Amino acid sequence: MSEPVLSVRNLVVEIPTRTGVLKPVDRVSYDIAPGEILGVVGESGAGKSMTGNAVIGLLDRPARITGGEILLHGRRIDDLGRDDMRRIRGKEIGMVFQDPLTSLNPLLRIGDQLTETMVEHLDLTADEARDRAIAALDEVGIPAAASRIDSYPHEFSGGMRQRVVIALALCAEPALVIADEPTTALDVSVQAQIIALLKRLCRERGTAVMLVTHDMGVIAEAVDRVAVMYAGRLAELGAVREVLQRPRHPYTEGLMGSTPLASRGQRRLRQIPGSMPRLGNLPDGCAFYPRCPKAQEACRVEPGPTLAADQGRAACWFPVEQPEAAE
Amino acid sequence: MKSLVSVRNLTRVFDVSKPWLNRVIERRPKAMLTAVSDVSFEIPEREVYALVGESGSGKSTIGKMIVGLLNPSEGSVEIDGVDLSRETDADKIDAVRSDIQMIFQDPFASLNPRWKVRDIIAEPVAARGGDTAGLSEKLLEQVGLSAEDAGKFPHEFSGGQRQRICIARALASEPKLIVCDEPTSALDVSVQAQVLNLMSDLKDEFGLTYLFISHDLTVVQHMADKIGVLYLGRLVEEADPDTLFERPAHPYSQMLLAAAPRMDGFGREVVPPKGEIPDPINPPPGCAFNPRCPLAIPLCLQERPELRDVDGARVACHRAEEALARMRDRIEA
Repeated sequence: MSEPVLSVRNLVVEIPTRTGVLKPVDRVSYDIAPGEILGVVGESGAGKSMTGNAVIGLLDRPARITGGEILLHGRRIDDLGRDDMRRIRGKEIGMVFQDPLTSLNPLLRIGDQLTETMVEHLDLTADEARDRAIAALDEVGIPAAASRIDSYPHEFSGGMRQRVVIALALCAEPALVIADEPTTALDVSVQAQIIALLKRLCRERGTAVMLVTHDMGVIAEAVDRVAVMYAGRLAELGAVREVLQRPRHPYTEGLMGSTPLASRGQRRLRQIPGSMPRLGNLPDGCAFYPRCPKAQEACRVEPGPTLAADQGRAACWFPVEQPEAAE
Repeated sequence: MKSLVSVRNLTRVFDVSKPWLNRVIERRPKAMLTAVSDVSFEIPEREVYALVGESGSGKSTIGKMIVGLLNPSEGSVEIDGVDLSRETDADKIDAVRSDIQMIFQDPFASLNPRWKVRDIIAEPVAARGGDTAGLSEKLLEQVGLSAEDAGKFPHEFSGGQRQRICIARALASEPKLIVCDEPTSALDVSVQAQVLNLMSDLKDEFGLTYLFISHDLTVVQHMADKIGVLYLGRLVEEADPDTLFERPAHPYSQMLLAAAPRMDGFGREVVPPKGEIPDPINPPPGCAFNPRCPLAIPLCLQERPELRDVDGARVACHRAEEALARMRDRIEA
């Protein structure tokens, strides 16, 4: 494997509160290689978005990184100052958020927003930047890019807006793109268009992508490897086919089983009893043990083994035994 | 089987024109948005009828017209033989009204934060002067919460628990029909499974009929006895889940099903659908899907197709047979 674009090592994010310190991200490690799409899944509150925000240095105070390190091309970026981080954000790391309307400035023409980013980060004149902006819009599939570049965001539909945001994220040719629920606000047919676009751009340019989503179908179709998060911790990490078809962590198994697709033809959906614990109220030991069908005494005492970025699949003392693949 | 709901030629037009003075100055005509256009279907008693479609397809507008939150522009909705928008007998209206309840998408917006759960759940009965003693506690246990929860406020519950409270409230007046507008879209997958199972159980226990509105095809496939696919306010296909998912006959249904992400679609290269839903103020002439349809012929631009029986489904397409044949070829290839 080539040198990873992004390495996250034992990342810990803490939020001090009056009643104690919450850990929305707890000892999370993973790598993303060039041209690779890493999917991050989990339920709301599992720490998916918080992990992404920590990488791009956009944690809202009082949340802060208190442990571990984040390396971009082998260089530490978690301890950079605000100005240094600004230079990296947008240039080396691009971002696509869930709601395209709130990530575009409604008062600026989209062309101005694109050229602003490029003039800021690349050594370009305004005219050159404008030409590149048209090319960028063209590349994400906006018809008649040259005439639409002077439109305002409200003149575009939701799907077209998300394309503009993707063009914006990619215009400075970053090595890493963090896409946080990029298709959740979109319809199925538009979602398929956006996912196909992300995959194509990633393949052609060798951009590494971190795709945060809660949609298992999107994960299955779009990503190479998947990280499953539960209550701030990494529950399982592995190749997407392995994790989805032969999950080792009981939580992953339950999550896969509870999708209507997996229970096809059955009267009832399989369900995981209970709900994810609140961060202020995590049990000792493994966070999943109160809901886990296989929990034993050890799970009550000791949190599951911490996953390193390159080894181990499930953070569980008693991982599910799956029959070896007969392919 | 007797049908509980019958919807006939239902149409709803919204006036989205600018104010009068702007129209005069800018010389613009009135703008009329047809959200629902000539939709007819029946829901038999104790069945689940699902409406699917993308945003702007008119599914929520139909739901609102069925419960009586909106009046139809044309056509009628009959529930138990009573047309709420035309019936004049107040007693009959009253009787039918208490037979209909609704569950909304966002359980954070549909519960009054200043009311205790006990009062929220009992409200449909209390509003009619019924006896509410012990009612909330009983219903809370039926939806999988505990009787002590009746004294709490909505903010003390998670999203899934709140949706259970909404379901309890919908059950309070012992309705026959519950209109569920995206009931699990705001919930996580594992919580969604719990709520869907609960809804299935309650349906069997109380003999309920559901109108299930959703954009999530997998949820619809699991829940529905019959599915209606909407496109730009028109019913384009109606079939039972097995027929629809195995051999969708309308080119739009085919496109929608092909675009939906699949759990087993590892590395699948989807040919993404072309284009987007057209502007409902100026819909294309003839079949609304013709600008995006790979099979469109000149007839599709001239004449709006009626629903007709094609191979076990009702399909509004001039070229349904060709579409089905194309589908079969693709599966064989």
